[in-house]
Amino acid sequence: MKQFAELIRTLDGTNKTNLKVKALSNYFTEAPNQDKVWSIAILSHRRPPRPVNTTLLRTWAAELANIPLWLFEESYHIVGDLAETIALIVPADGQSTGKSLTQFLEEMIWLKKQTDGDKKEYLLKNWRNLDYYGRFVFTKLITGGFRIGVSQKLMTRALSKATGIDEDILAYKLMGNWDPKTISFQQLVLEENQRDYLSKPYPFYLAYAVENDVSHLGPVSEWSMEHKWDGIRAQVIIRNNELFVWSRGEELVTDKYPEYQSLVGIIPNGTVLDGEILPYPNGQIGTFNDLQTRIGRKNISKSLLEKTPVILKVYDLLEWKGKDIRGLTYLERRQLLEKLYDTVSNTTPLFLSQRIQCTSWDEVANERDTSREKKSEGLMLKRNDSPYQVGRKKGDWWKWKVDPLTIDAVLTYAMRGHGRRSNLFTDYTFALWNQDQDGNRELVTFAKAYSGLTDAEFRQVDAWIKKNTLERFGPVRSVTPFHVFEIAFEGIAPSKRHKSGVATRFPRILRWRKDKKIEEANTLSDLKKLIV
Amino acid sequence: MKNPLLKFTDQGIYCEPAKVFLDPWKPVDKAIITHGHADHSRWGHQKYITHHNNVPIVKHRLGAVNISGRDWGKSFTINGVKFSLHPAGHIVGSSQIRVEHKGEVWVFTGDYKIEDDGLATPFEPIRCNTFITECTFGLPAFQWRPQQEVVSDINQWWVNNKANGHTSVLFGYSLGKAQRLLKHLDPSIGKIYTHGAVENMTEVLRPIVDLPSTELITKDTKKEDLLGNMVIAPPSSHGSTWIRKMVPYVTGSASGWMAFRGARRRRAIDKGFVLSDHCDWDGLLQAIKSTGAEKIICTHGYTEIFSKYLREIGYDARTENTQYEGELAEIDIEKEKKETE
Repeated sequence: MKQFAELIRTLDGTNKTNLKVKALSNYFTEAPNQDKVWSIAILSHRRPPRPVNTTLLRTWAAELANIPLWLFEESYHIVGDLAETIALIVPADGQSTGKSLTQFLEEMIWLKKQTDGDKKEYLLKNWRNLDYYGRFVFTKLITGGFRIGVSQKLMTRALSKATGIDEDILAYKLMGNWDPKTISFQQLVLEENQRDYLSKPYPFYLAYAVENDVSHLGPVSEWSMEHKWDGIRAQVIIRNNELFVWSRGEELVTDKYPEYQSLVGIIPNGTVLDGEILPYPNGQIGTFNDLQTRIGRKNISKSLLEKTPVILKVYDLLEWKGKDIRGLTYLERRQLLEKLYDTVSNTTPLFLSQRIQCTSWDEVANERDTSREKKSEGLMLKRNDSPYQVGRKKGDWWKWKVDPLTIDAVLTYAMRGHGRRSNLFTDYTFALWNQDQDGNRELVTFAKAYSGLTDAEFRQVDAWIKKNTLERFGPVRSVTPFHVFEIAFEGIAPSKRHKSGVATRFPRILRWRKDKKIEEANTLSDLKKLIV
Repeated sequence: MKNPLLKFTDQGIYCEPAKVFLDPWKPVDKAIITHGHADHSRWGHQKYITHHNNVPIVKHRLGAVNISGRDWGKSFTINGVKFSLHPAGHIVGSSQIRVEHKGEVWVFTGDYKIEDDGLATPFEPIRCNTFITECTFGLPAFQWRPQQEVVSDINQWWVNNKANGHTSVLFGYSLGKAQRLLKHLDPSIGKIYTHGAVENMTEVLRPIVDLPSTELITKDTKKEDLLGNMVIAPPSSHGSTWIRKMVPYVTGSASGWMAFRGARRRRAIDKGFVLSDHCDWDGLLQAIKSTGAEKIICTHGYTEIFSKYLREIGYDARTENTQYEGELAEIDIEKEKKETE
């Protein structure tokens, strides 16, 4: 544990990628093997289930610090991270412990089944005994979400440096379902391919947004276009008569989409498809909002399946007849995919993402203009001779989204941010004008946004909010309606869950309209007019 | 309380019987000033009264003003009200102001800390009825380690940076923090260079306190000379073109705000050192207790939270709005930027 806490301390003490990689690769060289496995698990967000709920954590931390709970809560809102708050607040006598990271994690798995009394005793003892970074790491392991400025990519690079194994190969090895409790470092990282690859997905190839005029991409004849679908990116694997569905977040979501079970038997074994999970209510592509009703549901009821079925818009073929074909060109892979698609009856949830070829970039632009009516977010541009790469790489695939919809709205509520924005009011709620039955105009909340301003602008708004707070509701403050912001969003749909009756997709701040008074902000009916 | 000894007005804290203001934020006839930071000693008063050691600081910042210096603990009377200045331990020349009238005693702290930093005259608790306190770091999440531990971390950081072939750039406010850092850096590790704003303020303080020698970075300073050495600079220089001369460098910041990981990451600083010229949570509570005051007024910082807690533990505590900038410390950086320009 000491070693791992020291690693986190070192990572915390630099902003430089090279130094972070160096610290990580040193750790991967020196740490005990099982600690390495757990570190990889933690840094790739595979932690054991949370052994203690956060309410209890807060209560006990406040008790140990001898402060009232409300004071702990206030501090937490300001610090912006629960583990950090606890590490800062509880008193410590600083004697460190000799237990390894692995021991701690095994204890946490054990802890989950203990009584509240035993849990409390365990936590208090460890909080007292660890130093600041030990306590921070220990509590982070309990609360989960170990985000400390180390991406999976960075970790993979460091592991590659420490082991001499190629980064892309490592990325593949680390994907999918493996259990840090039972797997050894030898099996996970060092061993040649002897494990069960049955459910293993491939790392997704991700695109960057087009940087300048698309004509810079060269002759249009070298490119194919597809619409960019707004669902959940997924890999569907059929091997040995079993189906596995992986989301882009490396989450196994097979059970959530029972529709795809029908593909087993139809699609030959040894096939991996790359595509998009899309909602398909009433026989047409729905909005992301429709898909929301499927995400996060543990039990998929029959009525939900009928109301909001899903399809798979398939756009690439990564494995065919048990062979990894990512090295073939896009066109070669598409040919195989299209041939496969022709053999599949149209009663399956499989739909082909059309490959479009254009004779000029203007034609491409025209196609992009049809995106909203086709329920897509814009276009994907794919180079005909490109292999299927690993991770986000520039050059062969680009996304060219449609311009967002925009509306001018009034800032009404603010909350402090988290992480690097802790203690700064950066999470805002925006409202639009609405006329009630008596003809009175009132502001109605329609969206929250917390990105789009520069750091300097955030500081200005933060200072203004602190001086213009009307009321406090826990971490939230209502502010004098005064500032108008232009809000951009990708899509819009009617919604019963929102007070405004409208749900917007990925709202963010486009700019601060200092030139506008709140009376000039848009109305809710302006917003509703944008619904197609 | 019908006629409080000290009132909070639009112009600042006002002592009506004496007709004098304490750290006013608008121009007034007569002002008693706790210390030299911009939000406490402002421009435009007819007359300034402050501690001797603060006189050169105010003159440096505000130019030729009508100012007179006083000694620690020596009382002076204005219109029948007895005033005296007592060390606040915040920065060199920083005072608490004791006000006594008709048997009632009020103390106004300005900014203060209770740890002896080896530079500012250490904080001295003053018995009073009403204690007006800052609470910039009035949250239990703020708990400082002893200065000795923090400065030894800083010196170790410098040694490591030097070994890696990097120049160390350490940010601290040009008045106060910069000199505190200078005082405790180990000159045997290397040479200490300064930014102009830091150098000027340090020159002002050299006659008052003993500080190691420094070298101002000028157009003629060579990159090679800086390598492996230490540079003390105001926070506003981070991200400026000036700092490019230090390449390859690593950055550090010494501030109470560095207790929060998010605060450090937001500023894109490599290393944060938690070193503050304000009290931490326990420091505030200890200071309040040592005054014996029953009434507490919180002026800036986490005032709502801190005063609520004080009421829970039995004090008659409330908040008053001032224009001192505790919670808005981010703004200090903007302000300092203007000052250094």
